[in-house]
Amino acid sequence: MNLGAALAKAGKRVILVDADIGLRNLDLVLGLEKRIVFDLVEVAEGRCQLRQALIRDKRFPALWLLPASQTRDKDAVTEEQFAALVDQAARAADYVLIDCPAGIEGGFRNAIAGAAEAILVTTPEVSAIRDADRVVGKLTDRALPMRLIINRLRPEMVHSGDMLCVDDVCEVLAVELLGIVPDDEEVIDTTNRGEPLVLDETNRLAAVYQKIARRLEGEIVPFTTFNNGARQGLFGRLFAGLKAG
Amino acid sequence: MIEFLRRFFSAAPPSASAAKERLRFVLMTDHLALSPEIVEAMKRDLVDVISRHVEVDREKIEVTFERQDRAVALLANIPILSVRRPQPPEPPAAPPTRPRRKRTRRRASGTSPTEPAAAT
Amino acid sequence: MHLLSQNGDPAEGNERRATTGEITKLGRAIVVTSGKGGVGKTTTTANLGTALARRGARVALVDADIGLRNLDILLGLENRVTHHLLDVLEESATLDDALIPDKHSENLYLLAAAQSREKEDVDTEKMCALVASLRERFDYVLIDSPAGIERGFRNAVAGAQEAIVVCTPEVSAVRDVDRVVGLLGNRFRPQLIINRLRPQLVQKGKMLSVEDVDAILRLPLLGVIADEPQIIVTTNRGEPLALRRDGATANAYHAIAARVAGENVAMPTVELKKQSFLERLLRGGRA
Repeated sequence: MNLGAALAKAGKRVILVDADIGLRNLDLVLGLEKRIVFDLVEVAEGRCQLRQALIRDKRFPALWLLPASQTRDKDAVTEEQFAALVDQAARAADYVLIDCPAGIEGGFRNAIAGAAEAILVTTPEVSAIRDADRVVGKLTDRALPMRLIINRLRPEMVHSGDMLCVDDVCEVLAVELLGIVPDDEEVIDTTNRGEPLVLDETNRLAAVYQKIARRLEGEIVPFTTFNNGARQGLFGRLFAGLKAG
Repeated sequence: MIEFLRRFFSAAPPSASAAKERLRFVLMTDHLALSPEIVEAMKRDLVDVISRHVEVDREKIEVTFERQDRAVALLANIPILSVRRPQPPEPPAAPPTRPRRKRTRRRASGTSPTEPAAAT
Repeated sequence: MHLLSQNGDPAEGNERRATTGEITKLGRAIVVTSGKGGVGKTTTTANLGTALARRGARVALVDADIGLRNLDILLGLENRVTHHLLDVLEESATLDDALIPDKHSENLYLLAAAQSREKEDVDTEKMCALVASLRERFDYVLIDSPAGIERGFRNAVAGAQEAIVVCTPEVSAVRDVDRVVGLLGNRFRPQLIINRLRPQLVQKGKMLSVEDVDAILRLPLLGVIADEPQIIVTTNRGEPLALRRDGATANAYHAIAARVAGENVAMPTVELKKQSFLERLLRGGRA
C-alpha cells in the first residue's frame, strides 16, 4: 500500500491488486472500504469490466485499487484467470502491485501467476526468515526475479545483539536488497485511519518508501544506515554506552 | 552503561548470533529435504568416485543425512563387493627420439657388418 | 488430571473407557488460528503449551503448517525432528517415533510439520483420527494453524473441538479474526487472545484498545499480551518466555493457561509505564 502510494506520488500510474480473496485488507488500510462496488472475482468471472471494479484513490489520482472478494474462496479464480487479469491491468498502468496472501498455497500461486517480478518482505526474526527462504525457493522455481524488503527492523535491538542485522538477513536469504523499513508506531496509526504514510512528509517512513519507489524506478539510492544497522564491535558498544550515559 | 557491563560479563552470547546459527542450520536441512535431485546427484558422484577403487553393489547403497548437534553429516553405506586389482603402473612414456641411423663399420675386407666387431 | 471446558461443563463425547473399566476424560484438542499471518499464533502455541505443561498437564503441540514449519524452531527442537506429521498420517512412522519430547518442559511433546510437502497432501479424515489418538494420550492437544483460510487452515481445524483465535490490535488483524470466527461457527466456542498490545499507543489513541477490539469481535477474552521485545530474544534462542516465572508476558501466558484449565483468573489491568516528568515535557508537543 505504502509503496503504491509512493510510486503514485512520484507520478506513476499504479494499480494495487488485493489477491487475498476471503481475507481482504488492502481496501481497509487505504481507507477505501466503503467504496467497493465490484471485486476481482467478478471481473475474473466476466460479470463486470475491470474499469468498473477499480477504485480511484482521491488523494492520489494515479492510484487505483482492485479489491478482493470477501465472501469467496481462493479457488474462485484460477491461475490463468488471475494472470489474464494482471495482464489487462498492466496495459493500463506503469505498475501493478499484487498484494499476496500469507502462505504458499493456492492464493499465493494465483498471486504470482502473471507477475514479472517479486518483492519479498520479511522481518528480522528466525521464523519469518525461514518462511521467506521457502518462498524464495518457490519463486526461483518460477524463475521470478526478486528483491527483498526488511520490515520492522529495530536498530536498538540490533545494536544490543538481540536482533539479526541487515547483513545477516541478506546473507542468509541471498536476495538483492530493495529496502529497509524500521519498526515505527506510525504504521499502526496510519492504517487505523486508512492513510498511506507518504501523505505526511514529516514522517520518517514516508522517506523510506519514497526511496524504495526510486529504487524500483532504477535509481541507485544509498540505504539509510540506522547506525549501520549492524552489530557494533565491543569498543563501539562501549563508547555508545558511555555517550548515552 | 550498566546494561552494557551486564552484557559484557554475562555468559550467554547475544541472542542474534544464536539466531543466525540456528537459522543457517534449519535452512540447510530444509534445502536438503527439498532437493532430492541434488541428493541423487551427490549419491551418483560419490559412488562413481568410490567405484574407481572398489567394486560396489549399486543396488544396496544408502545415503542419509544425520543431524549431529549443530552440524549435518552425510552418512553413506556403500557395500563393497571386491577390491579392484591394482593396475600395474604404466611405464613412463619414452621421450620421442629421431630414428637412429645404424652405424656400420665397413671393413675393407668386406666382412659382414653383423659380425660382432672385434673388441677394440 | 480432570479437565473441564472453560464453561465448566464437561465437553461432549470426551470420555473413554480404560481397560480397567474406569472412565477417564479424553484430552482437549484446541486449534490456534488467526487468519492474518504474523500475529503470533506459533509463539502463542509454544508458550501456552509450555505454560500448561508447567502446571503438570500432558501436552502435545501439533504443527499443521506443512511447508512452513516453525513450531520446532520456536521450541529449540529444530535439530531433533526425525519424523513428522505426514509420516504419521501416511503410516511410515508411528506417533511414538514422531513425538519429540521438549528440551525444557516435561510432559510437553511436539509433532512437527513436514517441510518439503504440501498442505494438499494431508487427508483430513486421517488428521481427525490422529488428533483423536493424541487426545487419548494427552490432556491438551494444541494445533498450530497456518495463516489464511485455505486448505492448511481446514487441516488444522479437522479434529479440534475448540479454538483460540489470536489477534493484534490492528484493523486488518481484527477483520481477519472476524472472518475466521465466521468460518469456524459456534461449535468451536472460539476464545480470543489479543497479542502485541502497546499500552502507550492505546493511551495516545494511536492503537485500538482491548475494549475496542472486544466491542467489534464480541468474543470471550482469554488474555491480553503486551508487546515485548524480549519475545524476539526468546525466539532467537528457542526458549519460550513461558519458561520463566517473572515478567509481564510470562505471567500473561501462565494466566491464560490457568483460564484454559478452567480457573477463574482475573484479567489484570495492563499497567501503563509512567512517564517521567522530563519525558512528558519532551513529548509535550507530540502527545
